[in-house]
Amino acid sequence: MTALLMRDLALAIRAGGGFGLGLAFFLIVTVLVPFGVGPDPALLSRIAPGILWVGALLACLLSLDRLLALDWEDGSLDLLATAPLPLEGMLSVKALSHWIVTGLPLVLAAPVLGVLLNLPGPGYLWLTVSLALGTPALSVIGTFGAALTVGLKRGGLLLSLLVLPLYVPTLIFGAEVARRGAEGLDVATPLLMLAGISAGVIALLPFASAAVLRVNLR
Amino acid sequence: MLSVSDLSIARAGLPVLQGLSFSVKDAEALILRGPNGIGKTTLLRTIAGLQPPLEGRIEGAEERVAYAAHADGIKPTLSVTENLTFWARIFGAGGIDGALAAYDLRPLAGRAAGSLSAGQKRRLGLARMLVTGRPIWAMDEPTVSLDKTAVAMFAEAVRAHLGRGGSALIATHIDLGIDAQVLDLSPFKAAPGSMDAFEGAFA
Repeated sequence: MTALLMRDLALAIRAGGGFGLGLAFFLIVTVLVPFGVGPDPALLSRIAPGILWVGALLACLLSLDRLLALDWEDGSLDLLATAPLPLEGMLSVKALSHWIVTGLPLVLAAPVLGVLLNLPGPGYLWLTVSLALGTPALSVIGTFGAALTVGLKRGGLLLSLLVLPLYVPTLIFGAEVARRGAEGLDVATPLLMLAGISAGVIALLPFASAAVLRVNLR
Repeated sequence: MLSVSDLSIARAGLPVLQGLSFSVKDAEALILRGPNGIGKTTLLRTIAGLQPPLEGRIEGAEERVAYAAHADGIKPTLSVTENLTFWARIFGAGGIDGALAAYDLRPLAGRAAGSLSAGQKRRLGLARMLVTGRPIWAMDEPTVSLDKTAVAMFAEAVRAHLGRGGSALIATHIDLGIDAQVLDLSPFKAAPGSMDAFEGAFA
C-alpha cells in the first residue's frame, strides 16, 4: 500500500501530474469573487466562509476525473485488481493520495486566501479546522464517483453531476462551522456533524467504491 | 495446477465460449488459438478473476495468476526501474535484477518509460511478470511489437518459468518454439440464438 501511495505521489509531482492545479484554481476563484460582487468589505467578510468552501469543493472536483481514468487507460487498473492488494485498500490509498495532492494544499492555503475576502479574525482557525475535517470526505466521495464513471469516454462531466449532490452535506456543515467561527458563535454542533460525516464516509464508502469498480472492470 | 471445467463466458453480456474444459499442470504451458473475437482475451480475464464466468468452475487460479493484457500498465513519467520496483513491491516479491536481465533492460534502466519504443515498452511489460512471483502466467498476445531477438528472450523467460515449476496460458498466433499443448477455441464457440427465449416471448 505504501508502494502505491508513493507511486501516486511521485506521478502527481512529476511533469503533467497536475500537482498544484487545484490550488491554482482555488486561488483564481477566490480572487475573482471580489471582482464579481464588488469591493464592499462588509459583504465580502459575510460571504467569505461560503465562497472559500465552495471554491475548495470545486478545486477538489477538478482533479477527480484523473483519479482512476489514467490507471484505466494504461491498463494499470486491471493489473492492480489482480494484485494481492484488496480493491477496498487500493481505493482508500487512491483517495488518500488525492487528498494529499489536492485537499491538504487547500487547507493550508485557505487562511491566506481568507485575507483576500476580508474574513473576520476568529474565522481563520475554524475555516482551517473545517476544511481539514471536511476535505478528506470530499476525496473519498470523489473516489466513489471516479469508480462509478471509470471507463466512460468523457466521463468527467457525468462525474461532476454525480458527485456534487453527494458533497452537499459536507458543504453545509463545513461552511456552517466556518461561518459560526467567523461570527464568534458556538461551533460544536456543525463541527461534530462534519466530523461524523467524514468518519462515516471514510469507513464505509471504500467498500461501495470497490464494488462498483469490480462491476466496471468486467 | 489450473483446471477449468464446463466454462461459459460472455463479453459485454453476449456469450462467446461455452462448454470449455481444460487443465494446465505445473511446469506446462498451454497456447490458446482461435480467430479474432472468439473470446481469448475474455477467457484470460475470467481466469485472472477480472470477471465472473457465466457457468462452470475455475480451480487453482485464486491469487496465483499474473495477468498480462494488451496494455502494459506502464507509467511514462517513471523510469524503467521505478516501474518494475513498484510492481515488485505491490506483489511483495523479490528484486528486479533478474527481470531486467531477462529482457535486456539494464541499458534502459534509468530512462523514463515514456521515451521507450513500443517494443521496449512491451519488454518492460513482460518483465513485470517475472517480479510478480506468481506461478501461473496468463498472457494476451505477448509478442505484439516484439522483434525476433525479443521474442527469443520471451520464449527463454517462459521456458525458465516452466523449469521452475510455473505454468503459462498464452494467447498467440505465432510459433514461440516452446514445448506446449495447443488449444483451439473454435469448437467451443457459443451457439448463436441465445436471444431466442427473449424473442419468443413476443411471438
